[in-house]
Amino acid sequence: MPERPLFLERASFRRRRLGDAARILPVLAALVILAPVWWVPALVSSGGGATAFFVLWALLIMAIRVLHRALLRAEAATMRAQAEAMHDDDGPAARDKDGTHAV
Amino acid sequence: MPFEALVAGCLAYVALMFAVAFAADRAAARGHVRWLDHPLVYTLSLSVYCSAWTFYGAVGYATRSGLEFATIYLGPTIVCAGAWWGLRRLVRVARMHHVTSIADLISARFGKSNPLAALITLIALIAATPYIALQLQSVRLSFEVFATDSPQGNPLQGIGLWVAAGLALFTILFGTRNLAADERHHGVVTAIALEAVVKLLAFLALGVFVVWGLADGPVDMMRRISAASRDAEFSEGWLLKPDRWTALIVVSAAALVTLPRMFQVMVVEAADEERLHVAGWAFPAYLFAMSLFVLPIAVMGRHLLPADANPDLFVLTLPIAADRDFLAFLVFLGGFSAATSMVVVSAIALSTMISNHWIVPGWLALRRRAAGNDRPDEDTRDVRGFVLNARRIAIVAVVGAGWVYHEASGGAAALAAMGLVAFTGMAQVLPAMLGGLLWRGANRRGAYAGVGTGFALWMIMIFLPSVGVGVMPGLPADIDPLAFSIFVSLAVNTLAFVGCSLFGFPDPVERLQGLSFVSSVEPIRHSRMRQSDDRAEPLLAMSRRVWGADAALRFFQAEAVAQGKSGYLPDLTPRFLTRLERKLSGTIGAATAHAMIDRVAGGAALTVSDLLQVADEAQRAKEETQRLESATTELARTATQLREVNEKLTALSVQKDAFLGQISHELRTPMTSVRAFSEILMTPDLSEAERRKFAEIIHDEAARLTRLLDDLLDLSVLESGRARMSYGVVNLHDLIVRALSSASATCPERQFTIDRDIPTEHLAVITDGDRLLQVLINVISNARKYCDADRPVLSIHVRRSAGAGAHIDIIDNGSGIDGARQSLIFEKFSRLNDPARAGGAGLGLAICREIMLALGGDISYLPGQGGAAFRIRLPVKPPLNSGASSGE
Repeated sequence: MPERPLFLERASFRRRRLGDAARILPVLAALVILAPVWWVPALVSSGGGATAFFVLWALLIMAIRVLHRALLRAEAATMRAQAEAMHDDDGPAARDKDGTHAV
Repeated sequence: MPFEALVAGCLAYVALMFAVAFAADRAAARGHVRWLDHPLVYTLSLSVYCSAWTFYGAVGYATRSGLEFATIYLGPTIVCAGAWWGLRRLVRVARMHHVTSIADLISARFGKSNPLAALITLIALIAATPYIALQLQSVRLSFEVFATDSPQGNPLQGIGLWVAAGLALFTILFGTRNLAADERHHGVVTAIALEAVVKLLAFLALGVFVVWGLADGPVDMMRRISAASRDAEFSEGWLLKPDRWTALIVVSAAALVTLPRMFQVMVVEAADEERLHVAGWAFPAYLFAMSLFVLPIAVMGRHLLPADANPDLFVLTLPIAADRDFLAFLVFLGGFSAATSMVVVSAIALSTMISNHWIVPGWLALRRRAAGNDRPDEDTRDVRGFVLNARRIAIVAVVGAGWVYHEASGGAAALAAMGLVAFTGMAQVLPAMLGGLLWRGANRRGAYAGVGTGFALWMIMIFLPSVGVGVMPGLPADIDPLAFSIFVSLAVNTLAFVGCSLFGFPDPVERLQGLSFVSSVEPIRHSRMRQSDDRAEPLLAMSRRVWGADAALRFFQAEAVAQGKSGYLPDLTPRFLTRLERKLSGTIGAATAHAMIDRVAGGAALTVSDLLQVADEAQRAKEETQRLESATTELARTATQLREVNEKLTALSVQKDAFLGQISHELRTPMTSVRAFSEILMTPDLSEAERRKFAEIIHDEAARLTRLLDDLLDLSVLESGRARMSYGVVNLHDLIVRALSSASATCPERQFTIDRDIPTEHLAVITDGDRLLQVLINVISNARKYCDADRPVLSIHVRRSAGAGAHIDIIDNGSGIDGARQSLIFEKFSRLNDPARAGGAGLGLAICREIMLALGGDISYLPGQGGAAFRIRLPVKPPLNSGASSGE
């Protein structure tokens, strides 16, 4: 069984970092939604505050969309890189194939 | 709008839903699932989250509490932000285990324990009954709004019953078509997706009408909202309370994954986790769109409608008050869609849970007792029909319970309060679910403790007060009772779960399942089957009772083929048992499937040592893979070596052919001369002079032939390593002098200037003097023959080597040998110049090289010395096994 690789190719590296971002996003979302109400409840309760809150919410949804699309693209890029590596030779293929399991 | 028209439109809409569901089921049966499988359909089906509580209740909630209504949608948004790694993983694990419901998921994780699933089913049923009642109530209320201007007395008599009966019928028709509960209900899902579109369009149309029709555009609307929020009387409850805000977001986030109906559409109906790529952002966007106009509608409703109007019905009463009949009808349909889709999906989810975790296990236990517990496989009655009927009965029971609750309560409570009761109830399952998916140490005792205490606290603090039985104990005024109850119940629940998990030792089945759920790897079934007897047949009989004869035979045959066997009875390998159990659990739940297989196949209980054996096998498999891999590398290396050797052999064979050709040629030339001149000699009339001349030629040619044969023999002896060497101490100076004098016989007409350093030549070496002399003569003769300088100079230098031994450089000042041919000169029969001039067979240097190798040294061509230059290298002493090694 090949050892876990120490370094990854560009595509896998990028996908891994986007995966990290996907883990951070819900925490960030929770903070963005909870913090203003704990901090300035009166302000958020006002008409302007409510409007601002809806804008924030829309931005959050867009962030989720952007991240998911980026992740899908990165996943496709990794697949391509893998397929190419397979065609190339056995050396780099083995490296990348295992790369998907390393954290 | 006349009431009759409303009823007619409503019935037409219901007929459309039946038609859509029917068409989708037909299409799926024929394999046309492309558009049914679209991620958008999946996303829209998730909108079953927005029940009538959202549709009507959100506006009422916003009227009473301002922005707090948004918590119900913000929680799911946060969960969806983590869809990529959270929900995807949940769906993957659930699909892997053919999970049929939230109760089944938790029971499967904690060692396939049916009592745990039964407890969760109980919570879900208690939580859902008021919630279903709420949907019926909202439908009744919306009818009432229209009926107020009806001339007839009371057309609403029993409307709740009619709606409930219709929904039960729809659910039974389209929800129990297929037996496998983990299979997808295309008809239901498509109808729900369509209803989701109607809901959204109706609400958005109303919002647009309110903002641009009733108010004066968005700017005016925002001004009105700001004014309302400053109006102390209007915005009495609008100030957000951080504790309530947080508690409600937590509960709504939990609801997205724990509510039975959400679990049904999100996990059970999902074909794969890919769907979540779109749903991850599209579902929050749907929720956003549903909440965007809630505040405007609430504010405008308060402005325009009488003070005693029910805020929960603003969405209907606003367009009616403005005389927009069509819009009012559209909104009515939207609310009707929200209510019906929620009831249908809830009924499917709950009926699966009830039949799988209450009715079927109970029935099996009863029969077992009746049968006397000794002949389990003799019973051939059909389980299949029973399971389907159990589900149908459960559907009627669930919807009926909602109707009874609705009739009994009289529908007084505000819509939002009833929805929250259900949310908080199911949230009690969350710690066990999350812990089970993320923590391998979580165990069944912890799950019982957590879910049990959470359930008890929820009953006491939230559910019973909400139905008017008992009251919450008094709390200080500044603490919100709901937020307090949520925090306390969830905190105690989590503590009990973690605490009991820490102090328990899970049984082996549980540990296997824990590994499979947490690491999301294929589950392993490992029970100690009695290997000797053939138990596959009873298993087939049992499966036939559950799936029907054809399906069971198909499955068993496929498994047997996969094992490489013919016929219908596969071997009871762990792999086969795992697959069989998982497929069964897709129909009757993990716990029942496990129990049935164990009973029929006669598996003994799993022990810790079996578990260790499983780990051992995994380790062994890994080692085996490693071994195989290293063997493969070894093989590849050997193959490379073999290829090289083969190439060498081919080259040698070619060389040998060329050598034979050369030899034939070399032998043939003198022989031809000898034969020709012998024939001439045989003619009688020859003068003596001629005769002598021809005889000389024959003699010369014969001599040449002899030389050639001598050389060949010499070479062959040297190459085969059989040459005998006679070693002795030799002075190199003497050898060089003898060589020069011998070689001077070659081309005696040429005068060479010899450049020597006599003192350095006095060097004693141990070697075979005669053989070395032969080499020296050959090299010097070659120089005499081929040096093409006008004033030829021959330099001979002897030097002691740095390491050991000595080397002799013999350099002339001719044009030398050009680079490309330097590598060829030591080959046999290689003659650089034309053969006539050389007069030899081209074996000289080849013999030299063989001699030097035999003596443990070598001879090489030195490039770049201003002429042909050879270096003869000698070792200090000859090799010990000189005889054997020389030919290598």
